[in-house]
Amino acid sequence: MSSPNCMVTNEWVCGEYLRSRRQELVDAVVQHIGITAAAVVIGVLIAFPLALLARHRPAFAGPVLGLTTVLYTIPSLAMFSLLLPLFGLSASLVVTGLVLYSLTILVRNTLAGLQAVPEEAREAARGMGYGPVRLLWEVELPLALPALLAGVRIATVSTVALTTVGAIIDYGGLGTLILDGLDSDFKAQVLTASVLCVLLAVAADLLLLALQRWLTPWTRASSRAPRIRRRTTQKAAQTA
Amino acid sequence: MSAMAGAYDWLTTGANWQGEKGVWHRLAEHLYFSGVTLLVSCLIALPLALWLGHIGKGGGLAVNVSNAGRAVPTLGVLVVLTLTPLGRHGDLPTFIALVLFAVPPLLTNAYIGMREVDRSVVEAARGMGMSGGQVFRRVELPLAYPMVMTGVRSAAVQVIATATLAAMAGKGGLGRIITAGFNLQDTPQVVAGAVLVAVLALLVEGVLVGVGRVLNPMRGRSAAAR
Repeated sequence: MSSPNCMVTNEWVCGEYLRSRRQELVDAVVQHIGITAAAVVIGVLIAFPLALLARHRPAFAGPVLGLTTVLYTIPSLAMFSLLLPLFGLSASLVVTGLVLYSLTILVRNTLAGLQAVPEEAREAARGMGYGPVRLLWEVELPLALPALLAGVRIATVSTVALTTVGAIIDYGGLGTLILDGLDSDFKAQVLTASVLCVLLAVAADLLLLALQRWLTPWTRASSRAPRIRRRTTQKAAQTA
Repeated sequence: MSAMAGAYDWLTTGANWQGEKGVWHRLAEHLYFSGVTLLVSCLIALPLALWLGHIGKGGGLAVNVSNAGRAVPTLGVLVVLTLTPLGRHGDLPTFIALVLFAVPPLLTNAYIGMREVDRSVVEAARGMGMSGGQVFRRVELPLAYPMVMTGVRSAAVQVIATATLAAMAGKGGLGRIITAGFNLQDTPQVVAGAVLVAVLALLVEGVLVGVGRVLNPMRGRSAAAR
């Protein structure tokens, strides 16, 4: 079971495979990251205006949420096949399909975040003379950010996993290696690509978690807040 | 629109429904995959989630399992299992991959449903002298029931949509109609396959809504209370 032979004996774990096919693996990972990142970024750019529209015109909320939920029930395999006449065999086909899936989670979470902004905060900002744009940018967006970023994390992790289905048109990043490995009964390639896919999802999640912590430092302080409040109320009780 | 018209023609051609590769046979395979998967997943996830919800522990586990579940590429699991010795046992890899996919959301929904039961109601039941088992059966379960069933329905829809991936690993199901259409560059057939899966998902959702109503432990209660 010496390492150079593990390609011949078709082992699941094979160091020689990692060495000899390094470039192929790197290319697949880069494509996987590229497709996922493009899908999530475009998804956020589309979901945010949709969520704003749904909040300002409640009549749109039902149809917007309904449509994005229906999109989610379309099998990914069918989605990629159906977009084929529009895009041909290209990475933009896979990205488009993944954007449509990510909208379900992104619109829902963004809308929930915006709706959870306390009316008092809005009133106070309006009272201080904030216009609608400044209100959105400086009050509503920061307050909705934790829910929005939670949505981005969920969407990113599921998109990393779903990108593999793009293998049906040969633009599936690591999924392409998985499917090729099935056809050629190449165990090391299938296992390595699958494990890399999971690792990629975990790494993306941790990265976004760090971003969330960095962008919303006040949410960390909130766990300590009740204790302070209790102490002040105790003090208030004592003085009274 | 021509693709939709073509799909209609494809679906109304009797020959496409007959035989080994026909719609009826693929539909039966699809229902078999999805049904067994859903049943096994519920048997694994629901008792565990309801118990954890009842004792009020393992919340982090229930939520993290669901997050971790999203990271697992179903296609990867399916292909890996197909190449293991399990692959010789026919459809077993499909079942395992789909169960792994379905358990996390079921677990999380049922757990959250249990935890969202109004604590003051549970306290009141305890105060009335109900035992743990009685609180579970007569208070928590009926109140958590709608949320648990919502989880089961959404899991069913997702399993039906995801079972199409079995076709990529050379297994059966309605996904084969889509992949076959794809390989033949026959867009109407692909659309027809997608429509069949979507209709099946909607039908199953409808049936589960009905089943959920019949099984609802609160059925007739609110009317009687008035």
